[in-house]
Amino acid sequence: MAVGEKGLRLRAQGSGLRAHGSRLKAQGSRQIARSLAALVVILVLLTGTTWSQRKTDAPSRIISLIPAVTEMLFEVGAGPQVVAVSSFDRYPADVSKLPRVGALLDPDVERILSLHPDLVVVYATQTNLREQLERAKVPVYVYSHAALADILTTIRSVGTRVGHAKAADDLAASIEKRIAAVRTRVAGLPRPRTLIVFDREAGTLRGIFASGGFGFVHDMVTAAGADNVFADVKQQAVQATTELVLARRPDVILELRGDPIAAEARQREIAVWQSLASVPAVRSGRVYLLADQSTVVPGPRVAQAIELIARTLHPEAWK
Amino acid sequence: MTTGLARRIALTAGGFGLLAAIAILTAPLVGSTHISLRRAFDRSIPFSDNVDAQIFFIARLPRTLSGALVGSLLASAGVVFQGLLRNPLATPFTLGVSAGAALGAMLAITFSWSFAWAGISAAAAASFIGSLAAVGIVYALARGRHRGLSTNVLLLAGVTMNAFFSALILFVQYFADFSQTYRILRWLMGDLDVSSYQPILTALPLMFISFAAFAWLARPLNLLSLGDESAETRGLNVAAAQRIAFISASLATGAAVSVGGPVGFIGIVVPHLVRLIVGPDHRVVLPASALFGAAFLVGCDVVARTVIAPIELPVGVITALIGGPFFLWLLVRRA
Repeated sequence: MAVGEKGLRLRAQGSGLRAHGSRLKAQGSRQIARSLAALVVILVLLTGTTWSQRKTDAPSRIISLIPAVTEMLFEVGAGPQVVAVSSFDRYPADVSKLPRVGALLDPDVERILSLHPDLVVVYATQTNLREQLERAKVPVYVYSHAALADILTTIRSVGTRVGHAKAADDLAASIEKRIAAVRTRVAGLPRPRTLIVFDREAGTLRGIFASGGFGFVHDMVTAAGADNVFADVKQQAVQATTELVLARRPDVILELRGDPIAAEARQREIAVWQSLASVPAVRSGRVYLLADQSTVVPGPRVAQAIELIARTLHPEAWK
Repeated sequence: MTTGLARRIALTAGGFGLLAAIAILTAPLVGSTHISLRRAFDRSIPFSDNVDAQIFFIARLPRTLSGALVGSLLASAGVVFQGLLRNPLATPFTLGVSAGAALGAMLAITFSWSFAWAGISAAAAASFIGSLAAVGIVYALARGRHRGLSTNVLLLAGVTMNAFFSALILFVQYFADFSQTYRILRWLMGDLDVSSYQPILTALPLMFISFAAFAWLARPLNLLSLGDESAETRGLNVAAAQRIAFISASLATGAAVSVGGPVGFIGIVVPHLVRLIVGPDHRVVLPASALFGAAFLVGCDVVARTVIAPIELPVGVITALIGGPFFLWLLVRRA
C-alpha cells in the first residue's frame, strides 16, 4: 500500500519535473531526473515499507501556511507535493481543491498533524506552532516577510528545500530579468512622488494605511519608476492622516488591493479623494486603484505586479 | 437658584470655558507639519491651490472640533452615569454602549459594508446603531418588574452585555482577514482624524438633545445622590429621572463613539478632576466637565499627533496612558 502510494507520488513528481525540464530546455537534467526517479522507485520496491518511515531529502507532503510560498511551490513545480494550504490561499487555481489548515493566527495543529506532513512552511512569528511541530518531529521551513530581494532569496531556498533547486533558480533569474527590463524602460523618466495606500475605511478618507519606506510594496513601486512619499519613514505601514497626505503633496495616489472591485465602486472610491483638492495627484487626475492580487502577495508574480504598476504610472513607456 | 450658586456656575463655566477656548484655538496651529497662517487665511489664493489653508481647514480644524465634541460628550456622560449608578467608577462604557458600538463597527469593517448614511461612513453608522442596540437590551433588562430602573440590575446587565458583546466581537474577528483585523484594532483605539465636517454635523443634533437633558438632570442627580427614597420625598420622580439620565447619557456616548471611536478614560478622569476642583454639585460639575472634557481630549490629541511626528499615536493611547494611573490612584485613595 505505502509503496504503491509512494510510487504514484514519485511518478507525479517526475512528470512535474519533466514538464519543467522541457520548458527550461534542460534535456540532460531531465534524463537524469527520470532515471533517478526510476532508481528511487526500484529502491522503494526493494526496501519495502521501512522507506516510508524514513525522511527523504525532498519532502512529498508539504503544507504551506503562507500564500506567497504556496505560489512559489507551484511555480517551481512542487505543486504536486503540496497537500494543504492556508485559509487565505487563492492562487494558483489548483489550491482550491486542497484542504485548508488555518493561517497566521489560527493554525489548526490537529489538522496539520493528521495530514502527516514532511514539511510545514510557517511564519517566523508562529513560535507556538513551531514548537508543537518540532515536538512532533515534523520539519519546518521558517518564512519571514521582508523586502523585494528577499522574495528571490526565498524562492531559491524554498526551491532547494523541496528538491527543485534548478527550477527555482531559473524562476528567480527570470523574475530578476523581468524586473530589470522594467527598470530599464522607466529609467530616465520623471519619477512621480507616490502615495501607496494599502487600506482605508470604505467611502471616506479615514484610517488610511500607506506604505512606509520599507518592505516589498515600497520596493515594487520604486522599481516601477516612482518615489514613495513616505520613503523616510522606515516602517512597512504608516498611518497617514489627512494632514500628512496634504503636506506630502503626492503626484500620484496608488491604492493597491487584493480583492476585485466593481467598476462603479472603483469610481466612487477614487472620487473620495476629490476633497483634498490641493494634492497634485487629485488635481491631475492621477489617482489609481489597482485591484490585483499580484500586487499584495510577495510571491513569484511580483514581476508581473511591477509591470502592472509601471504601466499604470508610465503608460508612455509602453507606447 | 441662589445668586451664590449662579455666581459659582458662571465662574467655573467661565474658567473651564476659557481653557476649552484656548485649547480649541491653539490646537489647529500645531501639527506634524509647519504651515503658514498668513497663507492659510489669504483669500486671494484659490482654496484648491492653497495647501496651508487645506491643512488648516480640512485636516486640523475638523479634527480639533471632533476632539472637542467627543471629549465634552464623553466627560459629561461620565458624570451622568456616575450619578445615576451612584458609583464613582462608572464610565460611559460601563453599560455596554462601547461594546455594542464596537460590534457594529466591526461588522461593517469585516463585511465591507459601504453604504453611506447622512454622509457618514458605514462603520460610524453601524457603530451608532450597535450602541443603541446594546443600550436597548440593557434598558429592557433593568426595567423588568421593577417600578423604576433597578441600578443594580442596570450595572450587572451592562457589565454582562459588555462581556457578551466582546465575545461576539472575537467571534466575528475570526472571519476577518489581516488588514481588517488591524483596522478593527485601530478603530478600538480611537481616532479623531475625521477629514471632513460631515461626521461632526451629523452628531451635533444628538449633542444638543443630550446636553438639554443633562441641563435638566443636574438637580435630579443631586437628589438621587441622597438615595432613591430621600429623592422621592423631596418631590423627584425617580423613575423618570433615571430613565432620562440613562437614555440621554447613552445617546451622548453613542454619538461620541460613532465620531471618534471608543476613546477611553475621558469619562472617568475628567469628572473626577473637576469634582476635586469644584466639589460634588452636579449643577457645577456637569457644565465644567463638558468644557474640561473638550479641552482635555483636544490637548491629548495634540500630543498624539506631534509627539512622534510625522507618524502619530492613536489618541486613545494617550488618554489611557494618563487615565490608567489616574484610575488606580482613585481606587487606592478610596481604599
